[in-house]
Formats: sequence, structure tokens, C-alpha cells
Amino acid sequence: MITPLHEPDLALHVEDLTVSYHSKPVLWDIDFDVPPGVMAAIVGPNGAGKSTLIKSVLGLVPSVAGHVTLFGRPYRLHRRRVGYVPQRSSVDWDFPTTALDVVTMGLYGRLGWLRRPGRGERREAMQALEMVGMQAFAERQISQLSGGQQQRVFLARALVQKADVYFLDEPMAGVDATTERAIVDILRRLRDDGKTVIVVHHDLQTVRSYFDWLMILNVRVIAQGRVEDVYTADNLRSAYGGQIALLDQASLVAPDGHDETAES
Amino acid sequence: MSPLELIRDHTIQNVVIGAALLGLISGVLGSFAVLRKQSLLGDTMSHAALPGVCIGFLLAGAREMGFLLLGALATGALAALVMLMLTRNSRLKTDAALGIALSTFFALGVVLLTYIQNQNNAAQGGLDAFLFGQAAATLRGDLWIMGGVTLVALALVTAFWKEFKLVSFDPQFAASLGMPVMWLEVLLTVMIALAVVVGLQMVGVVLMAAMIIAPAVAARQWSHRLESMVLLAAVIGVAGGLFGALLSALSRGLATGPLIILSVSSVVLVSLLLAPGRGFVWEGIRLWQGRRRLRHQQVLTTLYRLALHHDDPAYRSEQGMLDTYHGHHTRKALRQLLQRGLVEWRSAPPEEPRGAKHWVLTPRGRDEAERILDSLGRGDD
Repeated sequence: MITPLHEPDLALHVEDLTVSYHSKPVLWDIDFDVPPGVMAAIVGPNGAGKSTLIKSVLGLVPSVAGHVTLFGRPYRLHRRRVGYVPQRSSVDWDFPTTALDVVTMGLYGRLGWLRRPGRGERREAMQALEMVGMQAFAERQISQLSGGQQQRVFLARALVQKADVYFLDEPMAGVDATTERAIVDILRRLRDDGKTVIVVHHDLQTVRSYFDWLMILNVRVIAQGRVEDVYTADNLRSAYGGQIALLDQASLVAPDGHDETAES
Repeated sequence: MSPLELIRDHTIQNVVIGAALLGLISGVLGSFAVLRKQSLLGDTMSHAALPGVCIGFLLAGAREMGFLLLGALATGALAALVMLMLTRNSRLKTDAALGIALSTFFALGVVLLTYIQNQNNAAQGGLDAFLFGQAAATLRGDLWIMGGVTLVALALVTAFWKEFKLVSFDPQFAASLGMPVMWLEVLLTVMIALAVVVGLQMVGVVLMAAMIIAPAVAARQWSHRLESMVLLAAVIGVAGGLFGALLSALSRGLATGPLIILSVSSVVLVSLLLAPGRGFVWEGIRLWQGRRRLRHQQVLTTLYRLALHHDDPAYRSEQGMLDTYHGHHTRKALRQLLQRGLVEWRSAPPEEPRGAKHWVLTPRGRDEAERILDSLGRGDD
């Protein structure tokens, strides 16, 4: 195939994407670009279509219009370069399986049909569990894990995919502070290795300290770019409307640089 | 009938082998149905098989097993499809869609059944056996069909094991890996329809759902991995099938299908009650132990606080006062603490007028109370 690459310098390039549920648009004419090697957040009010954006990029939700490329190629040809962490609440954690087994599922795509995970796959899964600090829980029933531990298992399953672009759907929702810290550390390490990390995020307070790229979404794209350019009171107000009044505006968009959670 | 005659009897052989095959296939496929929260899909498909049986009969003009089963498969699968369309394209929730599909198809089946019966066609004899099953009517030829279907289903489950596992646990992630999730789900659903068809003649459309659900639910209670759950469900299904079939062979005239269902259901009952970790009994014991431990800790820390308040490590507390303080009898708890050496039941010194005995903390009790309060304090901050 010698088709010319479309925007090969972008880790993710989304053009004119429109998704509707029944007749109501959930995403409207989205143009979204993420350069490689950044940690990007997608924020927006409830119902803004944040999860739907990730899912339609991954082809899990049909789109009415638009196209998506990863490093210049259609997503279908680049599946192996993508890691995905769905929302923790999207699965039933009472499923009879162990933490190690769930992580091994990240390798099923690479294994292909009819092949079973063997010792090599289990070792890789174990290494991923070690990266998230869960090696002691490898043989634990997933129903017996805490919410934070379950989230780490999900992250390990994505790590084992050894991807170039990671999509995470609300990985910090409802987890304890230790887990949130651990997750952020791992994501930063991925970024420092040149990977691209795209996170649906719900907590505006931490956007500036965790991320370097930002897209503000409310059905349409409100703004996107480097966090310091995009994270402004005007942009947040036009995305959140009245809801922003509920949040402490001063602490959200104060121009100060002394953010104690920032990297040292 | 002596045991030897029982084994030689052709009808009984057929019934026993058929019941075992049915238990095997429904145990394995039922595990996936239950884990995918589609237990009731089996119920809908089995009820929806009735019009198919009737249509098969009308087409063949006689009780041709092949026609009846193909008809059953067709309408069963059609009902599953209708139910899927209803949930996808309308605002109906799954339970309502299942209910509508089930009752509509079953009503149609009963209407067709009465129509055939009123035709006074001699060949229609025993068609109503499909309602509750008639195991004794199982023929050698039927066994070959059942065996073939079971073999194909087991081969497919083995070949696509990891795909079926992932689609059952996390279909979104499976789709992100590029798995054909819809086709895998269709395959699982069709196989459940096949299991239903296999069981129709034995247990009938009304009870077939239990055969799909019961072995899987029982096995889930005892197992922590999908592998062991599916194996155990197969074993429970086969055992229930064998036991029910033999029971009905020994007792003259009791229906085989319902006896099979009752055997499997009694395994479910025992599993729900007794399975370690998940059973009611264990759950109850754990709850009771937890409450008792908490009550003991409360009494112990009360003694500690009183000692602290009075600045006297050997402060003596009266039984009645402790009862009032806690609002219930504390004697049992104190006895337990006494046995563990955490408190003492000490007489008053002779110089005091009332010689009643009092409860006093031992040094070990003090340490234990401090440990409990510490751990509570850590939880606060």
C-alpha cells in the first residue's frame, strides 16, 4: 500500500467526527489533534460526550461522519499500537477470574485465534502487575480487590499491550489518593518514554498539575492545545456554563504557578 | 425391575444417555449465559421453540424429529433476534423485551398446538409432550443428534475459549482488540439455542431454562475461575441428568424432565447455602462473628475509658453499670474477655462495705484496648 499518510506527525488526528444517539447529537463535528509524547486530558461537563469520543475513536461506537487516523493511518491498521482502559464500572467484577488472568487478557489481541496464553504471557502480565504495585495480588479473585486495586489491574492490562497511544476512561474516578498518585506516576513515565496518553478526566483541580495537553469538550470542541493556553476561565465557563459557579473559580483558574502537586 | 434389567432396558439407556448429554451441554453453555446476564434469554428461546415445533410438524405432516428441532431452532433464534432488536431500537429494557418475546411466541405456540390437536390427525400424538418433556420418547436416533450437537458446542467452546471469556467479561475491551464481538455473541446465543433444542424433548419448553441456569449458578458458588466453573457446571449438569433419569426409571410413572430439574435445583440450594465464602451460612457466620467481635471490643474500650477517666488503671466497674452504659447485657462479652485474659472478675477489697465483685482491666487488656483505639484513630485522619 502506497497510500499517502494523512497527518503522520500526529499521534491522534480526528476530523469532522459526529456521533448521535437516536436523533440527538452526542458529539458534533469534532476536530481533535494530539501530538505524540504528551499527556492529554479530555474534560467537560457530564454528558459532554467524553467517553463517547474515546469509544468512537476506538470504533466501539458507530459514528455518523468523520474519520480518525493514528500516526497517519486508519485506526483499524494500528490496533496493536493502542492500549485501552475502559471505565472500571463497565464490567462486572464478580466475574470468576484472578487479577493476573485479567492482565493476561491484554495480550489476547497479539496472540490471535486459537492460541492460548502460556508461560511467557503470564510472565509479561506479572511484570505489568509489578509496575502497578499489585504483584502480591496476582492470584486474588478480582471481586475481592478494592476499587483502587481493580483500577490498577485495568491499567496493568493496558500496559501489557505495550502500545504507543493509551486511551484511559476516567482512571482516577473513585480511587484512593495512593492509587491516583501511582496511576499518575505510571502515566508520566509512559509519556517520558515517548508514548501518548489520552485521559478522560473529571477533576478540574488536578488538570494543570497532571497534564500538558488539554481538550475542553461539550458536544463540540470548546478549546484544545497546551494546558497553559487552553485552561482559562473563559473556556471553562463556555464549557460548563452555570455549573462552573458550583466550583471554586478562584482556585481553579488562579494565575499562580505555585502548584504543590506539580513535578519537582 | 432389578438393577441389571434396568441397565439392559433400551428405553432407560436412551433416557440416561440423553439426560447426561443434556446436562453436559447446558452446564457448559449455561455458564456463559449466566455470566453474561442472559439467563432469561434461554427461557425466552425455549418458550419460543414451541411454535417452531408445531410449524415443523405442520410442514412434515408427521412427528419427524429433524423437522421439529429445526423449527424449534428457527423460532427460538428468531425470538432472540426480536428481543435484541427491541432493546437496540426502542426504549424497552432487556427484561421487558424478553418478557414480550417470550409470551408472544409461547402464545403463538399454544394456539398452533391446539389447532393441530383439533385436526384429529392421528400422527399428532404426543406433540403436547414438548410442553413438559417426555424423556421416554427419546430414540437412539435422537441421541445421535444430541451427541453431535454437544460435540460441536464443546469443540467451539474449546477453540474460542479466550475469546468467549473476554467477550463475557469485558466486551468493550474485546472490541478494542479487534475481536468480532457481535459474531462471538451471536455464536454463543445460537449455541444456547442449540442446547435448548437438545433439551426440548427431555424436559420440555417450560422447564428448559432451569437446565441452562441451575448448573452454572451452583458451580459459580464453588469456583473462582471460569475454567473450574465451566467444568463443575458440566459435572453438576451430567450428575443431575443421570440422577433424575435413574430416579424416574426406578419410580414408576414419575416424569423424568421435572425430576432432572429437581435434582439440579437441589444442588443449587445446597450450593447457595453452604458454598464456602459465598454461601448464606458462611455469610451469616461471618456477620455474626464480626458483630460479636465488635461488641467485645466496645466493652473492652469502655472499661479502658472509665479507667482513664478516673485516672486509675485498676478502676473497678460494676456489671450493672456496664449494662446500662451499653444498653444490653454485657455479661457474655465480659466472660469472653475474661477467658482471653483481658479482664478480671475481682472481689472488692475487705475494707469496703459492699462486697460485690467488679470488673477490672488486666495489663494485657489495657494494651489490647489501646491497640483498638489506635487503629480506630488511624482510620479518622
